[in-house]
Amino acid sequence: MNKFSFHKPLITGVAIAAMAVSISAVSAETIKIGASAPKTGPLAGGSTVSYWPNVKLWVEQVNARGGIKLKSGKAKIELIEYDDRTNPGEAIKNIQRLATQDKVDFILAPYGTGFNLATAPIFAKFNYPLITHTAITDKIDVLTKRYPNIFFTLGSTTAFSVSVVNILKKMRADGKIGSRVAMVNVADAFGIEMANAARPVFKKEGFEIVYDKSYPLGSPDLSPVIRGAKASKPDAFVAWSYPPDTFGLTAQAKVQGLNVKAYYTAVATAFPAFGGKFGKAAEGILGAGGINPDEAAMKKYFAAHRKVTGKTPDYWASGMVYATFQILEKAIEGVGTKDRKAVINYIKNNAFKTVMGPIKFKNQNNEKFWTVGQWQGGKFYGVSSTGRPGAKSINAKPKW
Amino acid sequence: MDIIIIGMLLGGAYALMAMGLQLQYGVARIMNLANGEMLVAGSFAAFWIFTGYQYSPVLSIVIVAPLAFGANWLIYKIFMRPLVKRAKSEGQLEVDSILSTFGQSFILVGLMLALFGGEYFSYSYLEEPFEIMGEAYELNRIIAFLFSAVLCGSLYFWLNRTRLGLTFRAVSVNAEAAGLVGINVPRAAALAFGIGGAVTASGGALLSMFLTFDASVGVIFTMKALVIVIMGGVRDIRGTILIAFVLGLAETAVASLIDPGLTLAAAYFLFIIILLFRPEGLFGRRSV
Repeated sequence: MNKFSFHKPLITGVAIAAMAVSISAVSAETIKIGASAPKTGPLAGGSTVSYWPNVKLWVEQVNARGGIKLKSGKAKIELIEYDDRTNPGEAIKNIQRLATQDKVDFILAPYGTGFNLATAPIFAKFNYPLITHTAITDKIDVLTKRYPNIFFTLGSTTAFSVSVVNILKKMRADGKIGSRVAMVNVADAFGIEMANAARPVFKKEGFEIVYDKSYPLGSPDLSPVIRGAKASKPDAFVAWSYPPDTFGLTAQAKVQGLNVKAYYTAVATAFPAFGGKFGKAAEGILGAGGINPDEAAMKKYFAAHRKVTGKTPDYWASGMVYATFQILEKAIEGVGTKDRKAVINYIKNNAFKTVMGPIKFKNQNNEKFWTVGQWQGGKFYGVSSTGRPGAKSINAKPKW
Repeated sequence: MDIIIIGMLLGGAYALMAMGLQLQYGVARIMNLANGEMLVAGSFAAFWIFTGYQYSPVLSIVIVAPLAFGANWLIYKIFMRPLVKRAKSEGQLEVDSILSTFGQSFILVGLMLALFGGEYFSYSYLEEPFEIMGEAYELNRIIAFLFSAVLCGSLYFWLNRTRLGLTFRAVSVNAEAAGLVGINVPRAAALAFGIGGAVTASGGALLSMFLTFDASVGVIFTMKALVIVIMGGVRDIRGTILIAFVLGLAETAVASLIDPGLTLAAAYFLFIIILLFRPEGLFGRRSV
């Protein structure tokens, strides 16, 4: 057989496909958006709950509306996503690639404090707005002065630890607990920073830290930790923990009957999987974050999230991740072009309506955020914030 | 006393992580870096069977073990056997198998990610207190420990008292000589690799009762298993079992008596001591 009979239809097909592509490219403008976050590695468990579903949801919703409104017409989003494998080096390469090779118009902020800080210089170099959603640090002042393009939304380390202390203070004033606090932390940047920030504040407020230990990330057995904490006869238990140990500590506390009126675990307490695993036993557990799940906008967001991604968002970072995408969208529409410098300025000078409530940046920082939430009746409600309305009152934790 | 019990429970968990790798490395000579992923696959299977069909994770082993055996047997036949055939020396096979299984670990992570998604998985099964001498322990950990002990015992008995076990040990000591006395070495190696995989996946099913896992957590288990197998001596399952329990006890003692932050340090301190003074492992034979 000759070669041509085989190749001809193929070539025709390619030609048609190429034409189709060029036609669609001409007929509608697109806006290229890049995203880089973990899909594998230690942080993937968090990012696949709080980050990636929101990317999918937002892109689908915007494109269903016809795209982002620019002066030149509506532009649909073309999403380019990369896995950073929970590796800061990889994250930096991804952002570089998005900026220089893919030449995307905007980049969504990466997932996790360390990754936002690691990639901030590249975002700044190429003038991309970096609206962080999952970065908690006490260096907000320094960073916002250094990078004119960075924005913080989720809060600072000190605010988080101080509000836990304040909650315990209030419970003590109400006669619910005494002054004995058992505090543990995961031996990782987050846990160490939180424990260091909390320790002096506890002391200053007259609390006695009766147990103060750390444990390595990924410990397969946390029963010695809970055993030690229980032996110290605490009135309150505070753990600056990460997702796997938030589950592990709570399972142990339940089995060993560590009954305290105030029980706090940090990251992942707000995850739907936490409520799913512990069910009724989760009642009264305090954790980092929180939202107001009864608010109309939030209810709508939860419903849409479930419908598009098939998953329930968490009760903390999910909403904030989505809110930062809303801010970016509104800012681009406000400017009406893909001019990144103008968009950065727009974000600095305008207020935004988001699922988390109105956000207005002050010195590139959102000063009103949720700090502590509590499981009440199967939902995780914000019980403490730095100026968000709708905080529920705090209940003493019932016995396991 | 409670330190000893908690330590034994943890040791049982470590034995579940490491025994499969020992069989695969000791007999089949494959340093399987995808060991942890196989374990997580077992966890996912148990999770799926428990949440989807309400069958106990312990019972899920009935399905998990044969499936894992088949899968690992195939992996050996398709991916490992060619490496064994062309390897001129044991060292070369080790390097080749490390590279190949390292690649396989990524494939397995990708598959699990595609099937189950990347979030954390955790469920409550028998998460009830069980009292031993007035102290409460998790019932699911105790069950995992009992299974681990039974598995350790039966593997040990089987290797030492049966004909196939003898074959395995012969291949483990000297594959070439074993071939000369009429042992079908490729078959024995494939079987050992498959059984090792089945043990690891069953371990994963049991561990999933109390460990929170996600698609990419496998490497942590691989590391732990490697450390245990190397410390115990790669050729002898007794070493692996003993070290698993020593490590469990040592970590628990350090966590309870000194500081929970030092458990990893204690584990690696033991590792260094053994490497310094018995580089061939606790039960290893010095090469002549």
